[in-house]
Amino acid sequence: MAQTHGIPGTTVHDGEQARKGYALNKMCFSFNEAANRKAFLDDEAAYCAKFGLSPEQIEAVKARNVLQMIAAGGNAYYLAKLAGIFGLNMQDIGAQQTGLSVDEFKAKLVAAGRD
Amino acid sequence: MAEIIGGFTTSHVPAIGGAIARGKQEEAYWKPFFDFFPPIREWIGREKPDVAVIFYHDHGLGHFLDKMPTFALGCAAQYKHADEGWGLPDDGVFAGDPALSWHIAEALVEDEFDITTAQELLVDHAFKIPLQLLYPDTSDYPVRTVPITLNSIQHPLPKPRRCWELGRAVGRAIRSFPGDAKVLLIGSGGLSHQLDGERAGFLNKPFDLWCMERMIDDPEAMAKLSALDIVREAGAQGIELEAWLAMRGAMEGAVKALHRGYHIPISNTAAACMLMVPDAAA
Repeated sequence: MAQTHGIPGTTVHDGEQARKGYALNKMCFSFNEAANRKAFLDDEAAYCAKFGLSPEQIEAVKARNVLQMIAAGGNAYYLAKLAGIFGLNMQDIGAQQTGLSVDEFKAKLVAAGRD
Repeated sequence: MAEIIGGFTTSHVPAIGGAIARGKQEEAYWKPFFDFFPPIREWIGREKPDVAVIFYHDHGLGHFLDKMPTFALGCAAQYKHADEGWGLPDDGVFAGDPALSWHIAEALVEDEFDITTAQELLVDHAFKIPLQLLYPDTSDYPVRTVPITLNSIQHPLPKPRRCWELGRAVGRAIRSFPGDAKVLLIGSGGLSHQLDGERAGFLNKPFDLWCMERMIDDPEAMAKLSALDIVREAGAQGIELEAWLAMRGAMEGAVKALHRGYHIPISNTAAACMLMVPDAAA
């Protein structure tokens, strides 16, 4: 059950999400250090295991699927560190989550400025 | 006595730091944003603040979720930026002002704001980018700094009302500081944006423009919203507006806007800035 608090398309990172996502967010926090980013890239499965990720979290990371990571308790600010490892920027991430192409997503942003 | 000479708010999207590092300020995508700042720098050059008190939220560098303070106050002699994991230069060193910080700590607790004090604190792009925008020609920033972090990343978030009251208490503390100092307040973050979820890319120009007006004439109107109201209206990360509200609380009294800028999009964000000063005529 997504923690939307009545806000469409939004998972509020509340206590429920915090409890569920702690291991995943802790792993993402470790990516502040270059050596840890390298360790993850060298052996992703071992690195995820070291932080005790749940099967759902491991699957979401393996699939590079942001919505699944959020469903598994990932916090947007921490997931951004993981996205950086994969060389994805915020428009790539936005496109993936909204089912748009990157160009369509960028056009949507520009259009919001014309309202 | 210390004097608050003005308040500056700006967006702090990490990509801005990347654009600065790569010298992209004149490129068509970036120019509308970087053009906000020359008049503000002229004002800074004339007024020469001694101290910047910076309200911002940490994105997982100085604070982790293992011990997450709702509000924290840097009390160190020096702060450093560090690797945030997404490729920004991490070379910033910032002078602190421990005497002012500890005075604020004393005054806040006396005012019943039981704030976390930090004698070591890594400061992230939300702290650094406003200074880079104000002082683009140096990494030896000519201001001492006082960081104040607000939890914007894990609910329950502080209520907007509480951020407003925190700002008011910080403002009283600064004005009661016996040392001479010209203080610039900075509110870093916003405006509307959402990075996560099916609603990623959500922006709300009418709400942002409403907030920028209320920053001047009726900031308490924003303090009446709930945190979830702001998430709904400004997006999940639009909650960074709370740093603007705290800054405005510290201004106290009437203000006038000297400059403002608003541009969509920078990365996924409605980029905005304001410079305001106390309005003695009001």
